[in-house]
Parts: sequence; C-alpha cells; structure tokens
Amino acid sequence: MTTALELHDVHKSFGSTKIINGVSLEVRAGERHAIIGPNGAGKSTLYNLVSGRFPVSSGKIVLYGEEITGLKPCEINRKGLSRSFQVTNIFHNMSVYENIRCAVLWPAGYRYSFWSRVGGLKDVQRRAEETMERIGLARRRDVLAGVLTYAEQRALEIGITIAGGASVVLLDEPTAGMSRSETAHAVQLIRDVTVGKTLIMVEHDMGVIFDLADRISVLVYGEIIATGAPADIRSNAAVQEAYLGSFKKEKHDA
Amino acid sequence: MRYQPLNLARWILWGATAAVFIVAPLVFTSSFALTMLTQMGSFIIFALSYNMLLGQGGMLSFGHAVYSGLGAYIAAHALNLMGKGAFAFPVTLLPLIGGLAGMLFGVMFGYVTTRRAGTTFALISLGVGEMVFACVLMFPGFFGGEAGISTNRVVGKAFLGVSYGPAIQVYYLVAAWCLISMAAMFALTQTSLGRMANAVRDNPERAEFVGYDTQKVRFLQLVLASFFAGVSGGLSCINFEIVSAENVSALSSGGVLIATFIGGVPFFFGPILGAIVFIFFVVALSGFTKAWLLYLGLFFVLMVLYAPGGLASLLLLHIPLLRARRLNRLALPYLLAGGAVLLALAGVIGLVEMIYRLSEQGASTVISLPGVSFDAATAPPWLSFGFLLMAGLAALHFAARFFSRRWHDVQTEIRAA
Repeated sequence: MTTALELHDVHKSFGSTKIINGVSLEVRAGERHAIIGPNGAGKSTLYNLVSGRFPVSSGKIVLYGEEITGLKPCEINRKGLSRSFQVTNIFHNMSVYENIRCAVLWPAGYRYSFWSRVGGLKDVQRRAEETMERIGLARRRDVLAGVLTYAEQRALEIGITIAGGASVVLLDEPTAGMSRSETAHAVQLIRDVTVGKTLIMVEHDMGVIFDLADRISVLVYGEIIATGAPADIRSNAAVQEAYLGSFKKEKHDA
Repeated sequence: MRYQPLNLARWILWGATAAVFIVAPLVFTSSFALTMLTQMGSFIIFALSYNMLLGQGGMLSFGHAVYSGLGAYIAAHALNLMGKGAFAFPVTLLPLIGGLAGMLFGVMFGYVTTRRAGTTFALISLGVGEMVFACVLMFPGFFGGEAGISTNRVVGKAFLGVSYGPAIQVYYLVAAWCLISMAAMFALTQTSLGRMANAVRDNPERAEFVGYDTQKVRFLQLVLASFFAGVSGGLSCINFEIVSAENVSALSSGGVLIATFIGGVPFFFGPILGAIVFIFFVVALSGFTKAWLLYLGLFFVLMVLYAPGGLASLLLLHIPLLRARRLNRLALPYLLAGGAVLLALAGVIGLVEMIYRLSEQGASTVISLPGVSFDAATAPPWLSFGFLLMAGLAALHFAARFFSRRWHDVQTEIRAA
C-alpha cells in the first residue's frame, strides 16, 4: 500500500514555545485518518504546517514521495493536497457557484489566463456544477455565500476543498458547531465526497471519528502518542489516560 | 454586489455608450466643451485602470500616476523622434507605445509593490510615486525638469485627411481608444485572472489554498492596469503636447483615486461616472473659482461618508423603483431636498469665496456677481451667507427625513406588489 503523506520528526515552535514536538506520521493512500487530541494539542498547527501556511522549524513533510517542506500553500495545493478551515473561510461576496468555480480554475488549467472568458468555459462550468450537486448546494447556485446558513457554509467549505480534485484532503473540524442532524448529514457528505481519496481530519466529535476513521492518531502536547485502528485506540491505556479518560469525564460532567 | 445586465442589455449599453461618444461633440460644439470631453475620455481610461487595482484587486495605490505619467513621457519622446524623422509610426497608435511603456514600468515597480497587500502595498506605492517624482526632477535631460518636455502631435503626412491638427480629430482618437480600452478592461474582469483578482481581494488566504499565488495575481493585475494607465498617458501627451513632472506627481495619483471613489469602486462603470464628474470639477470649475479644489475635496468627503459605493451605487438604488414605475413618487422629496441643498450650497460658496478673496493680497474686497455686488470686508454679507447656510442645513434636515420616509414607503409598496 502506498503512502500518501509522511511527516518525519516535524517540529514547530513559536519563539520559545514548542507547539509541535517531533511528530512522525504516515498516512496511507485511500485511508480516512483522524487526528484527535485535547484542545491546544497542536492539531490546527499541524494542519498549518502540512498545508504550508506556516513554515516548519525542523523536519520533513513528504507528499506521495515528493518533499513539500517549505513550499508555498498554492504550490502544495497544486500537488494535490487541499484543506478546509476550522473557521469558515469562503469568498463571502461571491455566489456559491463562483466560490466553487474559483477552486476549479487552476486545476482545469486556466491559471492566470487573461484571454479566455470564464463564463464560456464549459469544462469549468461542468466541474463546478458537479461539485455543487455533490455538496447539495445546487439549488443555492446564485446565492451569495455570505448569506448561506451555517451548515450550508460548512458544506461550501468542503465543496471548495474538494472541487479541485485533490487526492489528499485535510478537513479541520468539519462538524464544529453543528446540530445532531446537521452533523449526521455532514458525515454522510464527507463519506461521499472522499471516496477514492485520502482523508485526514481533525475532529472533536468522537461519534464522527469512530464512525468515519479507518485509523486514528492521538496528538497530545505536540506529540503523537498512539496511532491505530479505532478499536485499538479505544483500548489503548496511554490514550485513555491522556485524552479519552478526560473526555469521558467531561461527557459525564456535562 | 455586481452589476450584470443581460447580454442583450449589455449590447444596448455598449451601443449607447458608443453613440454618446460619437454625438457628444456635435451637441456640445464649443471648443471649451471639446477640450473637456477629450480630457474626460482619457481620464475615463485612467480611472478604469485605477479601479482594476482598487476595486477589482483590493489594492489601494497612491502612485498610479507613475504609470500614466511615465507612459506619457515615453510617448512624448517617441513623438519627438517621429517628428525628427528617426522612425515612422502612425500617431493613431502612439497610445500603444505609452501603454507598453506603462506596462514595462508596471513590471519593474509592480514586482516590488505587489509583494504585499493592504496597508503595506499602499505605503510602498506611495514611496514609489515619490521616488519617481524625485527622479523626474533629478534627470532634466530626459524629463525636462519642472517645465517638462513639449512635443508636436502633427507629424508626417495626413492620412485620409487626418493629421490630428484639429482638436476634433484628437477627440475622436481619444474616444476610439477610450471605447476600446473600456471594452478590453471589462473583458478582463470576466477572465480567470479577473475573477481571481476579486477572490484575492476578498480572501487572499483561501485563494492561496485553491492553488493561486496571490502575489502573482496582484502583480499581473497591476501590470495590465499599468498598460491602460500608459494608454491614457499617451493620449494626454497627444492632447496637451506637453508632459511635465505633474503627470507623475502624487497630486495626479490622488486625483485618480478621488475620481474613482466618487464614481463608485464596487462597480465596473463607476469610475466612468467619476472621471466625468472629476474632469468637470478640474476643467470647468477651475475656470470660475480658485476654490475648486476645496469644493472637490468637500464633495469627496461627503461621498466617502454618505455614499461609499459612489455615484454608481446611488444610481443603481433607483433601478428597482424605475422597474416598478414608482420613480415619480420621489419627485417631490427630491425637489425639496434639492432646494435645501442649493440653499446650503449658496451659503457655503458665499463664505468660501469671501475667504479666498480676503486672503488674496492686493485684490479688491468687492465681489460683483450679475445683479448683486457686495464687500467681503463688511459684516452683512457674512451674516447673510451664514444665515443661508444654516437655513439650508435646517431645511436639509427635514427634507432628508421626509425623503427617507417616502423612500421607505415606496420600498414597502414594491415589496408588497
């Protein structure tokens, strides 16, 4: 089985504060890999390192055998790694269709073209419409993204992330702030749109994690303390100690 | 928000614009009007090119005159060389030389300025503007110092009777270039780069994560904008037959910013309106009063405060009313508000003109207008104009309330219908 993404001893510190402390990780092609951990464990930072938003302090990140450490976010995206954001990060002043179209233009090869009229590009239109169909926003095609409901904006966020056809998809808390029924819907959506892709997701909702993930990595204080199948993680003593235990207690208290 | 008429409506709109361009000098036949129309034409290109940065790319530039000005200098030198017979080139296509020169400087300076967005971009553009202005004065050999370099647009033999000697021929040259540039710049907004410039303006981070290098998008957008700025520079070189340091000055850069903003940054056609109003202020009003810049500034401040979407946004607000055939319901409130504005304006103008007259050394303090004359050194005119201003503002207060009530009512009616 080929490896989609590898992290080799990745470190990140802001000033003297060490956030990521020697993370090594292998994500197999085609698997759905969840990263869990308590708040402040460095999950979002890890995403920012992998997607090129922040430079690593040391270590190496490899995408399909090709090193991507130090590349710009746009260059990493072009190599087939796409990410979503924890806080909805869409083009608020554009319609749903235009949002998706922005994500399709580069992979469709139009890049910085200033000679072909976007409105007349049939392939771009087809891909954008397909994506809207998949995320269930086809009927909201011409609505401004800023006025969509929260759940719709989260779906659009996922739509923008997958529209370009990236093979490795990083989702950052895709169900954060959603109601039960919205979450169930989002899980189904994520399952549908990531068929045949490698999915890496950060998530707090344990139901979602154990439902979706093939393997789970547990990140605590900038270190991965365990990686394995959901059942193994559930029964792992260290994990229970560091994370799930406190999680269960939280649940119990609440 | 984006104004996107149907395709048929779009063709009608472009056709009407072309018709206005053709007919305008036949309606306004005085040489003064022709001068103004010609300047409007080249300034429309300049303002639209500026809006490629500010409106479409989210780049607040304080140095856009650099590209039009340097384009104009190069065009002037080219024209002089053509006059000496160094090479043959049709004057009709001279703006192309200006445009390519502007573009070249766009590549040079844009490489530096577009590395950052936002405030940093604004500051670097200001710095580049000042630097170029200093260089223009430092190398009088090429730039002709303060006085600038003069040229003669009539070179070579007339082609089909077109020598560009008569002003009307220059007008139609400007009009043709203006129309082509407008169409080209509109077309650019519809391309991949144009759409991504909007995306980079709204959310640079997300643009970066869908595969676009935001720096490169800004850079290309600026290079294309500086081409059109250079075209307008080339046209002004042909029109005025002189290019001086003023062409690259911060004053010119500020002027295009003001014009574009007044017209309406969020809309493609906004800067066209802005350029027309701005040139009216600059050319027509400056002939009447020394205080024209103050009036322009006042107008600009009012627009920024009360209509940040510019004249274009105000016009577009009325389209639903026009569609619903309810525009007539606004006639009375407009009449009242208009009267109040005129009253307040009379007060302001009176006071401002008296201040200017008193600050002028050696000038008579008596101001004579047709039918009325008064002495600015005495109290009565101050009191009267002050009263006019206060009365106007008070009237405006009530007129505005009436207007907003009526506006609200009409909106409700339309929604109910």
